[in-house]
Amino acid sequence: MADVTLRKVVKRYDEVEAVRGIDLDIADHEFVVLVGPSGCGKSTTLRMIAGLEDISDGDIMIGGDVVNDVPPKDRDIAMVFQNYALYPHMTVAENMSFGLRLKRYPKAEIKSRVDEAARMLDIVELVDRKPKQLSGGQRQRVAMGRAIVRNPKVFLFDEPLSNLDAKLRVQMRIEIKKVHQKVRTTTVYVTHDQVEAMTLADRVVVMNHGRIEQIGTPNELYHKPATKFVASFIGSPAMNFIPCRLEELAGKLHVRLTDRIAFPLPPARAARYQRIPRDDKLLLGLRPEHIAEARPHPAPGVETFDTVLDVTEPMGMETLIYFTLEGAQVCGRVNPNAGAQDGAPLRLAVDLNNMHLLNEVTGVVL
Amino acid sequence: MSTLTVDKAGPTRKVKYGSMSRDRAWALRWSYFFLILFAIFSLVPPLYMLITSLKSSAEISAATNPWWVFHPTLSNYIELLTSNQFLRFFWNSAMVAIIVVTITMLISVPAAFALARMKFWGSATLATGVFLTYLIPDSLLFIPLFKMLVMVGDWTGIQLINRWYVLLFIYPTLTVPFCTWIMIGYFASIPKELDEAAIIDGASWFQTLTRIFIPVALPGIIAATIFAFTVSWAQFLYPLVFTTSTDQLVLPVGIITTLIKGDVFNWGQIMTGALLGAAPPLIIYAFLMDYYIAGLTAGATKG
Amino acid sequence: MVDVAFQRTAPAKATSARTSLHRALKRKSTMAFFLTLPLILLVAGLVIYPAFYAIHLATLNKAMTKFVGLGNFEFLFKRDTFWLVVKQSCIFAITAVIFKALIGFIVAHFVHNVPANKQRRWRGMLLVPWVIPPAMSTLAWLWLFDPSYSAFNYTLSFFGIGPIPWTGDAAWARFSVILVNVWYGAPFFMIMYLAALKSVPEQLYEAAAIDGANWWQRIWYVTLPMMRNIIAITTLFSLIVTFANFDIVRILTAGGPLDRTHIFATWAFRVGIEGSDIPLGASVSLFMAPILAIAAIFILRDISKRGNEA
Repeated sequence: MADVTLRKVVKRYDEVEAVRGIDLDIADHEFVVLVGPSGCGKSTTLRMIAGLEDISDGDIMIGGDVVNDVPPKDRDIAMVFQNYALYPHMTVAENMSFGLRLKRYPKAEIKSRVDEAARMLDIVELVDRKPKQLSGGQRQRVAMGRAIVRNPKVFLFDEPLSNLDAKLRVQMRIEIKKVHQKVRTTTVYVTHDQVEAMTLADRVVVMNHGRIEQIGTPNELYHKPATKFVASFIGSPAMNFIPCRLEELAGKLHVRLTDRIAFPLPPARAARYQRIPRDDKLLLGLRPEHIAEARPHPAPGVETFDTVLDVTEPMGMETLIYFTLEGAQVCGRVNPNAGAQDGAPLRLAVDLNNMHLLNEVTGVVL
Repeated sequence: MSTLTVDKAGPTRKVKYGSMSRDRAWALRWSYFFLILFAIFSLVPPLYMLITSLKSSAEISAATNPWWVFHPTLSNYIELLTSNQFLRFFWNSAMVAIIVVTITMLISVPAAFALARMKFWGSATLATGVFLTYLIPDSLLFIPLFKMLVMVGDWTGIQLINRWYVLLFIYPTLTVPFCTWIMIGYFASIPKELDEAAIIDGASWFQTLTRIFIPVALPGIIAATIFAFTVSWAQFLYPLVFTTSTDQLVLPVGIITTLIKGDVFNWGQIMTGALLGAAPPLIIYAFLMDYYIAGLTAGATKG
Repeated sequence: MVDVAFQRTAPAKATSARTSLHRALKRKSTMAFFLTLPLILLVAGLVIYPAFYAIHLATLNKAMTKFVGLGNFEFLFKRDTFWLVVKQSCIFAITAVIFKALIGFIVAHFVHNVPANKQRRWRGMLLVPWVIPPAMSTLAWLWLFDPSYSAFNYTLSFFGIGPIPWTGDAAWARFSVILVNVWYGAPFFMIMYLAALKSVPEQLYEAAAIDGANWWQRIWYVTLPMMRNIIAITTLFSLIVTFANFDIVRILTAGGPLDRTHIFATWAFRVGIEGSDIPLGASVSLFMAPILAIAAIFILRDISKRGNEA
């Protein structure tokens, strides 16, 4: 087991820069998830760590050693692929032991390692089957087993769950987390699914256009996003962005959404945003759970307003509501008993203690 | 309105359905009729080989019903299978075919692996070039090849003309390009992640080839092997040109040059020889039909 | 601090990246080179070289002692037999390919019509002509066509027809060699078309049937367009092979009667090997090159087109 360090790592394909200078420190035992839309360079970064892609510039270190020129097999890593890449002509046990057999481990050692991994993943009764006879979830386990028996310094996962159906994905997500808790191997995990990233990671690395947008724990990313990209990428339904500007009204700082609607800012927020020029074009960022039905005695910082709903989506434990403010579609979450109906008026409350203010041009969270 | 459409659609659909199934039944009857016709057309020559091979010379020259054997005898088979000359042809053919298959696979599998997986300068051009050489027929090359072999003999004193093993050099020109081509197709269809997984597992390029690619592409290798074997076994022009002594001949040429003596055709023996010559490919085909067909269609549908 | 780290690693990194890339390239491409070397040697030495050597040979005199330029070709153009061979080669190849393609298409449809579990058996039987070495099966045809014992003539005599001089008369001999070639080659077309037919999605036919297309319209608007590629490539392929055919004509008629069935390959063999005029034989066989080149260009275009799609 080891830490992994990336220093100014760049990947160029001819003229295109797929990865534009990544700095990342992954501690020993840490579970780090690289997340971002397709084409953001997350898979390329992972493949560079694996050694499947040459790096164009920068350094990659595993366990303190620069591995830029080290071939994949000598990096002591294991990788789980999106399509599992199980050897179709080998049984499960042979698949899992292939790497060890190539390294000429003693037979007894191989067997005990395969048995242990099979037990850990609950695939003991499958070890003599061929991949073709396995379900998607079982193949996924075997692919993980193949990584585990190697007992490598680093696990690399490349979108391992995206070929599974939604239900199985949740189950395997938990499985992966359990395995990591047991083996504690440093893990780098690539996904485009922010839910996977949030649920699995110790730290999440959000990537976009070949750069890191933000690194942080799932909670940090959720509550303190650094950019509009992160704010909109993390969380589902996504954060609402409503065009707005700041305004002094009766000596208090307000955020004005429309001609009709302007909310006074809570004192803490007002102090923070005091120095922003009043005519800057801004975006008010509000997560759907901070837009709810109005209650009789609102807490400090909670402001109410009236609107007409466009569409409602009853989800059972809550109802998602959609309405339009200044041309922006806004989503809120209300109690199923709040009486929200398509096309009906409703009095809503926004929790400004959890608001974000973004610069509309730069996308930076202020 | 919906009830109206149902009322209208109900009966018409029923009639339509009935007419369709009746059409199908007729189409099927016609299909079988013509298939039987074509099957007869296809199978008459080999069946006639069999019929004639069971007749004695006397029965053949008596010109009785040619489609029927009145006094079946195995004498033609016994005579040929105890004739040293015929066994020599068979042996030569078998040696040539087996060694050529081995050479072909040793050349084309590694080459296909390199062309499918290691992108290097000119690899795409080479792959297309290989396919194009497959299109150059034997009948364009036999004269220059003959002259080349004569010249090698003149210059080095190594006699290649009229030696059965010269075919070991020549036949691969017929088998290697196509086998390489279909193996490129099979290798290219193996997901890239599979060799990446092997590399991470610590396999060298050679181990990736022998332990992953060859086992996974085994159906393709079998198809290519069958192709190489049948081509080597059936080749007629090259041995006709390059070999003349009876102890150097392969089966097809041997049968035609030795069993046809001037105007005297011993048809019983010729047909027996032809049937025995056709037997190895037919037996392979009977047992490995799916691979045989896969190899046949691979050239056009893959790549 | 970041700057310090960067400066420290920068020089080392630059060189190491370059050498590693260099080494990897070298290793991988040398490896690839050695893996493909036997193939390159074989193709270059025994296919490409002889092909060009044939051109050289064609410019020599019969004893191969003197350069005669286009003398061999001039000689050929003046001989009636040569023009006969050109005509017969074209008739032979084109007629045979058309019939192979037609019969293959029809039979493939019939096989496709049959319930799926019985298709294997029919396919197995119908492919037998392609499996038998043509030299062997042509012997059977030769025997079926035998002037005095022809089994066909025996059968036809019951209908009051014949006896037909299958290989004795020029017109019949041409018919016979084409017949044998069609018998041998049609199964190949059948198997290719069958593979193509199976690749046409069933929904297309259902959609066409719902749109009111009848049987012919379904073939014309669905089957043929979907199979166009396979039909084209199989036909070109077969054209090359048929044009260059040797075995069938050589064994069935040996070019006779009176050279009336000679095609390029058999005539090249006659003058080049049997007549010991290697340069003239080479000149004759070179006439196959243009048609091959044209077909090859079309096939190549098809392949590259498909490469782009994929």
